[in-house]
Amino acid sequence: MNAMIGRKIGMTQVFGESNVMVPVTVLEVGPCVVTQIKTKDKDGYSAVQLGFGSKKPGKVNKPTAGHLAKSKAQPVQVMQEFRVDDAAGYRLGQVITADIFAAGDKIKIAGTTKGKGTAGVMKRHKFHGGPASHGQTDRNRHAGAVGSGSSPGRVYPGTKMAGHMGDVKFSVRNLKVVKVDQSKNIILVKGAVPGAPDGIVSIHKI
Amino acid sequence: MNKQAVIKSIEAEQTKSDLQEFRAGDTVKVQVRVIEGDKERLQAFQGVVIQKRGRGIGASFTVRKISGGVGVERIFPLHSPNIAAVDVIKRGDVRRAKLFYLRKLTGKAAKVAQKREVAAPVPAVK
Repeated sequence: MNAMIGRKIGMTQVFGESNVMVPVTVLEVGPCVVTQIKTKDKDGYSAVQLGFGSKKPGKVNKPTAGHLAKSKAQPVQVMQEFRVDDAAGYRLGQVITADIFAAGDKIKIAGTTKGKGTAGVMKRHKFHGGPASHGQTDRNRHAGAVGSGSSPGRVYPGTKMAGHMGDVKFSVRNLKVVKVDQSKNIILVKGAVPGAPDGIVSIHKI
Repeated sequence: MNKQAVIKSIEAEQTKSDLQEFRAGDTVKVQVRVIEGDKERLQAFQGVVIQKRGRGIGASFTVRKISGGVGVERIFPLHSPNIAAVDVIKRGDVRRAKLFYLRKLTGKAAKVAQKREVAAPVPAVK
């Protein structure tokens, strides 16, 4: 397996190589349980579906409970599918732990970024805003012009404007694993990871 | 899982517990591990602590000294393994937690008064 589901715990610092301070994100990774195996014959592609976290049994709806019963897994908080080259080596109910990662591994982490609500163009698109002086009024955080004149006579689709920001799926590539604590299911990753603490992230080896 | 407890336990692994207590105004000798080639030796940096900041694993302190007539400040991470020891040479008597005013002073005015130890009160004899 080269990917897992985890939960962001928070950030701190550790002293790394040659005692340099390294900013790290603490992630609770797994244990993940294999809840479904997709094969080329049956589904057209090979993949493994993993489940992570826990849920009260009463909070699981019947279709999900039936799906989980096939792998005899406890109720899980999230399930996510990961493509694999060959699904033959996996079996239902198999538990995947953080030991698939090792210190020094390069990884990609995907998660949902913090929602910022409706945001202006300066925050959302890093616009510079308007001039502060030379007779300008009420333009400090405005975008400026959004289009030309009568030709084309319209604003192009996709023009950067104010609107909803954040709460979208986002990946960070080339993060480095600093430490793996398999007994606690915890890994430390150098740098920041999308989302708030308690956010669900997927961790992929690259 | 308690998130703060997890982070605390990670920090606790690296936090030093055997540090001698010191504060701003104290004159300290910081023993810094220096690696030269494949040899390791201790280099001392002696001066006045002008600030202590932060808590937990990220705490640091700034030491100021006058070297060759030029003020030199070094910021040390308190819990860095590179800091072998922080020896207190002299306790300073100051009224501030941050002694940035020392930067503007020179000569005798830049000296921090030594704290006079208050003798333990003599128990009253009846």
